[in-house]
Amino acid sequence: MESTLRFIRGEIMGENTLNFRSTGIIGTEELRKLGLLPPEERLAKGPVAIVECPELIPCNICVDACHLKAITMEKIIDIPKVDWEKCIGCGTCVALCPGLAIFVVDLSKPDKALVTVPHEFLPAPKVSEEVWLLGRDGRRLGKGRVVRAWERNKTWVVTVEVPKELAMEVRAIWVEK
Amino acid sequence: MPCTRNLLSDRRIWSHPILTFKRGRKVKFFFEGREVEAYEGESIAAALYAIGVDIFSYSIKLKRPRGAFCMIGKCSSCFMKVDGIPNTRTCIEPVREGVKVERQKGLAEIPTNGGESDVEDEEVLETDVLVIGGGPAGLSAALATAKYGLKTVIVNEHFKLGGQLLKQTHKFFGSKDLFGGLRGFQIGEELSRKVMGNPNIKVLLQTVAYGIFRGGWVGLAGKNKLYRVKPKAVIVASGASENFLTFPGNDLPGVMGAGGAQTLMNEYGILPGDEVLTVGSGNVGLIVSYQLLQAGAKVKAIVEILPEIGGWFVHAAKVRRYGIPILTRHTLKAVWGRERVEGATIVQVDEKFRPIPGTEKDIECDLVLIAVGLTPDTRLFAQAGAVMRWVPEAGGPVPLRTRYLEVSIPGMYIAGDASGIEEATTAMLEGEIAGLSVVTKLAGPKAEVIERREKLLKFLWDEYRASPLMARAKAGKESVTVSEEEMEEIRKWNPPFVSFGVR
Ligand SMILES: Cc1cc2nc3c(=O)[nH]c(=O)nc-3n(C[C@H](O)[C@H](O)[C@H](O)COP(=O)(O)OP(=O)(O)OC[C@H]3O[C@@H](n4cnc5c(N)ncnc54)[C@H](O)[C@@H]3O)c2cc1C
Ligand code: SF4
Ligand code: SF4
Ligand code: FES
Repeated sequence: MESTLRFIRGEIMGENTLNFRSTGIIGTEELRKLGLLPPEERLAKGPVAIVECPELIPCNICVDACHLKAITMEKIIDIPKVDWEKCIGCGTCVALCPGLAIFVVDLSKPDKALVTVPHEFLPAPKVSEEVWLLGRDGRRLGKGRVVRAWERNKTWVVTVEVPKELAMEVRAIWVEK
Repeated sequence: MPCTRNLLSDRRIWSHPILTFKRGRKVKFFFEGREVEAYEGESIAAALYAIGVDIFSYSIKLKRPRGAFCMIGKCSSCFMKVDGIPNTRTCIEPVREGVKVERQKGLAEIPTNGGESDVEDEEVLETDVLVIGGGPAGLSAALATAKYGLKTVIVNEHFKLGGQLLKQTHKFFGSKDLFGGLRGFQIGEELSRKVMGNPNIKVLLQTVAYGIFRGGWVGLAGKNKLYRVKPKAVIVASGASENFLTFPGNDLPGVMGAGGAQTLMNEYGILPGDEVLTVGSGNVGLIVSYQLLQAGAKVKAIVEILPEIGGWFVHAAKVRRYGIPILTRHTLKAVWGRERVEGATIVQVDEKFRPIPGTEKDIECDLVLIAVGLTPDTRLFAQAGAVMRWVPEAGGPVPLRTRYLEVSIPGMYIAGDASGIEEATTAMLEGEIAGLSVVTKLAGPKAEVIERREKLLKFLWDEYRASPLMARAKAGKESVTVSEEEMEEIRKWNPPFVSFGVR
């Protein structure tokens, strides 16, 4: 609710401070300001949901999606608020979010980070194959191995290994036909 | 590469990440004398597009080739002669074994059929409520009136129920009890199933409500049958049509409405083009671009004349992640090609939306999608003489209405895109509100009905439409919503020519 109020007051959407509405790309700094980024300590502990949904959409599917009640909202148009201590990074909300706006990031492993993204393209991803890692602007950032993939109502939820420094960059995959 | 395909090509999509196309049995029909194949369940226009037909008619004066634009029966660009009947909307005419289809050159000749009429039958329909339009608004309205025992007839000019929901493959926003999280076509199927199973509802497909007449009669035209109906209330949920743009080459086949392309690829499983340029970054432009990518096309760019993206950020982020550029402050200058689009020229604009010379860029493509908004289909209200107002925020001329969605014609109600462009969730909410208002009027005020209606109204106006991104549509609807007392005053000054039900 706090971030929603600030949003309405224009403190967050101030014209010069944020530009995701003209680029279609949101940066980590913008996410942090909106209160959508978990603190470093939490990220280091294990998988956690990152909700990249910065606008007042009349939608609360993620609230119902989470059985642990880790996502809350007071009104349907609020920005979702994640309780990072409750969230276990299971990825259910990744599968159900209509905006395909939720990702899971796991920075607890020593060498690689794990990023979980939604995927709705053919061919279906397969565990242990190498896929392209895409940034928020569609740039190919390298290749990564799929470690987990499951599907719900035709949305695949795919977990890939990525270099640690790209954990906040990789937000999609592409499977070569 | 010019896109002149022969009639042997097949643009059908055989594998898709979201949809499984259940094609009917193969049928043979005739296109300008040639025997061609289609699948049952396809419209004639879709079946022709699938085999490579781009040109649907030739313009009246200059005989320029013209393609199909809207694919939902609203624009007339697909008119052809079907079994001798000219000006048939082939996009909402199902293909059938042996049907003869021909392109028209210039104005058609009036069919004479040896002086005999095709109309086999005429019937006077008895019903309490007539719902015009079988999209999310109309279906929700009918479910509400039927629930309280009112006999309800739905007429739908399309041969399938569901309206625009049929082609929405993305999951909808909203909440669980508003079908949120389901894909649009799944919501359409669910609503249709409920309607078909309701004993109080009669559905007339391929039937158009063509006019409102003196004494509260409504004329309906089915395939081979005419109906007259004098309902106690009528709810019009006729949807909207896609806007067009003026630019050189805008009539070339391959310039298509975004909704038209969406109909082809998601309802019929036919790829509308291989390389695409989308004009307009509203939700429709963004979503259809994403869906084209899912269907296997390449979207080269989305151009947007404003400095900001029109639709929701999350929809924009979805296309950006797969590398589709969204070029703000850009517009379409021209489209070129011989018998089909071969490319387009885009140009940057300044703060006053004037093209900046020297910034032109050519983009090769075979499909230019026009996604620049919709206009409410309010023709029946205008014809009936409802008091209307031009409201840019609503998308065009719309009738004044009360909070309960009754217009200045007593007993006539409005819901969905026809009442002002919004989206499917608000269409369902308005449909139910209009339905409950009819129940209140015809069956007397019931506490349960009033309570439900107030709850829906409160949710719609105070919660759902409270988002700043819906402020424009909300302001538009507010400007044409009047109190009951104001409506009585309006009726005093503009006495209605017609009314429905007892008053
Ligand atoms: C081309 C297009 C693309 C869209 N894309 C999206 C999208 O991607 N995402 C999203 O959330 N929303 C989208 N929308 C919006 C959403 O689908 C609509 O808001 C919603 O379907 C409106 O519902 P409705 O019932 O008012 O009208 P519709 O769904 O349009 O239904 C109207 C029905 O009425 C019938 N009809 C009309 N006139 C008559 C008559 N005189 N007699 C008999 N029948 C008649 C029509 O055949 C049609 O079946 C789109 C809308 C359009 C038009
Ligand atoms: S990842 Fe799982 S636990 Fe975390 S918010 Fe989503 S559904 Fe809840
Ligand atoms: S489900 Fe997705 S789109 Fe809806 S509010 Fe939650 S994060 Fe945003
Ligand atoms: S009326 Fe058929 S394409 Fe528009």
